Amino acid sequence: MTAVATLGRLTAAYLTVALLALLGGVVTGLAQGLEHAGINVYPALAPVVQSYYHGLSLHGVLNVLVWTTFFICGFLPFIAVQAFDVPLAAPRLGWFTFWLMTGGLLLAAIPLVGNAATVMFTFYPPLKAHWAFYVGLTLVVVGTWLVTLNLALTRQAWRRTHPGERTPLPAFMALVTFTMWTLASAGLAAEMLFLTIPWSLGLVAGTDALLARVLFWFTGHPIVYFWLLPAYISWYTIVPRQAGGRLFSDPLARASFLLFLVLSTPLGFHHQYTDPGIHEGWKLVHAFLTFAVFFPSLLTFFNVVASLESGARARGGRGWVAWFAKLPWGDPSVAAQVLAMLLFAFGGIGGLINASVSLNLLVHNTAWIPGHLHLTVGTAVTLSFMGITYWLVPMLSGRALWSRRLALVQVWLWVGGMVIFSNALHRLGLMGMPRRTMIGAAAYIQPEWKPVLPLVAVGGTILTLSALLYFANLALTLVVSRAPYPHGLMFAEAMSGPDHAPAIFDRLRPWLVLAVALIALAYGPSLAYLLATTPFDSPGMRVW
Amino acid sequence: MSEPAERPPTTVYLYELAWILPSIAIPIGMLAALTVTAFGAGIHLPSHGGRVSPTQVAQTAPFDAPGVRQTGSGRYEVVMTSQIWTFAPSEIRVPAGSTVTFIATSRDVVHGLLIPRARVNVMLLPGQIARVTTRFDRPGEYPMFCHEYCGIAHHTMWGKVIVEPAP
Repeated sequence: MTAVATLGRLTAAYLTVALLALLGGVVTGLAQGLEHAGINVYPALAPVVQSYYHGLSLHGVLNVLVWTTFFICGFLPFIAVQAFDVPLAAPRLGWFTFWLMTGGLLLAAIPLVGNAATVMFTFYPPLKAHWAFYVGLTLVVVGTWLVTLNLALTRQAWRRTHPGERTPLPAFMALVTFTMWTLASAGLAAEMLFLTIPWSLGLVAGTDALLARVLFWFTGHPIVYFWLLPAYISWYTIVPRQAGGRLFSDPLARASFLLFLVLSTPLGFHHQYTDPGIHEGWKLVHAFLTFAVFFPSLLTFFNVVASLESGARARGGRGWVAWFAKLPWGDPSVAAQVLAMLLFAFGGIGGLINASVSLNLLVHNTAWIPGHLHLTVGTAVTLSFMGITYWLVPMLSGRALWSRRLALVQVWLWVGGMVIFSNALHRLGLMGMPRRTMIGAAAYIQPEWKPVLPLVAVGGTILTLSALLYFANLALTLVVSRAPYPHGLMFAEAMSGPDHAPAIFDRLRPWLVLAVALIALAYGPSLAYLLATTPFDSPGMRVW
Repeated sequence: MSEPAERPPTTVYLYELAWILPSIAIPIGMLAALTVTAFGAGIHLPSHGGRVSPTQVAQTAPFDAPGVRQTGSGRYEVVMTSQIWTFAPSEIRVPAGSTVTFIATSRDVVHGLLIPRARVNVMLLPGQIARVTTRFDRPGEYPMFCHEYCGIAHHTMWGKVIVEPAP
């Protein structure tokens, strides 16, 4: 078997777990959407889903943590190995990693499904979940580090046979993504190892809410780049080719990813603008760095759109904007990802609003935030990943997609449902409706919320329908489809290739040093102060 | 389908530069505008407010006596504790035109205080004392919500500020 075919099985294994998690999260999500419109289905779901908040925790953990992470750990090594054209350096380690992560997931799933970890995907102490939840999630994180190791070893092996060559762009981007994540996940790892695990096991009596939040958001913002960058990799290196064009600039793409490596982490305080106990000055430093990370996003926007434009023009597109209509809209993989980019533009604007110190006070912890999250991780990432699976699943199974038309319907339903759903949540947030709240049961529903709340259910229902069509199409592809699908993934060529970039754009270490220095600067003083003054006197409790 | 048009790398470089420069200028400009307007309007973020042991809140001043007190002409202080699933006090009365400072903490898990119509948005963390100041100009009822998930009855945790017409 070829190297790629061997890896294909590992990728398929990750994809299976990811898709099951997505399915679970979608089903629980529907119940939440209906609840906001006053349709309480939870009595019918008991004892599987024991409360609104139990369902919400399942939804968040399954969709935001599991679906993304398992997809990425399957997809990026697949891309990297294809681009390197050498086998994964340590295939046994690869399988060990998969089983470690899956074992961790199952361990965490026991209390989560059993309503002993109804603490949301942010699990802010002193809400106290069962220890297996924290230990299981920690094993998943450790697994992601082993993926980084395997990618680094693979690059080393490639380097031996290709001395002096530039790392192929898709592989380089995969490595940068995992390097960034490994560095960023240090906060979460510290929270787990030093705070939540010993505390949930009863080894220490107390914990601290603020320190836990600081460590969580150390990882909690860069984790969105860990989800987003794999979608960017597809937008940069695969979608332009699918659209019949070329990547506009390889050096600019590298520069953008290296800036994400440097800038993704030292800005977590923008999730904590309203937390007491962190000095306002440091919050402003993180606000500044948040605006700085907007820069590589703008570079990506330009480069990806220019690449799409080259494809559309090659297909006969004309004009400044009209070329857009000439993209291959009949290809569900392209349609999904281009539409994901479009909605992501609104997610990006919303993100800037969230980062803006004074505007954040209007929207923090309101329904605006899940509205934003569903445009970013729920569309830019999820709809792109769906678009990727429209070629990846056929490639791994050797069977053509069962129905392209059904896939197109699914993609447009997702966009339509999301526009309704996300717009409703954004508006409700601006009207002061809190997030993560069983609104249908609240005594304080304001009159101005009432006309908008049903739209949450309408949008959510359309999204669920779209997701079910998606799963049906994939299942029928595996079971019914008989048309063959050729193996072999083609990346977009670049108009301006890697040789036009300075050599430092192909190195990781100097940028990693810069990233660590910036993190030390942005987080060092606040963390040192907290570690020196925190008494760890919150006992913690189960309140669900 | 024809091949995509060839573009010499030097042109690519010029396009890149034409995009990069405004991409640096725009975020900096936006940040500057925001900072200036925020400080100009006197908007501040919660900062260091001191600590209180979460298990000792009820025995520690000022939280041993939650409530509203006048601290000056048109100035009030609300000492507030939050606990599952109530604010104490949960009903606050002040005259219109009052400047009110909330001094608040949590006795158990993480809560939040959101008063949408008065621009109050602050996390209430066990162990930390939060301090925010706002003005209530118009008479009426201002609902206040807990906006962080705090357990099974989170959606029942709310209260109101009743702003009475100025005497």
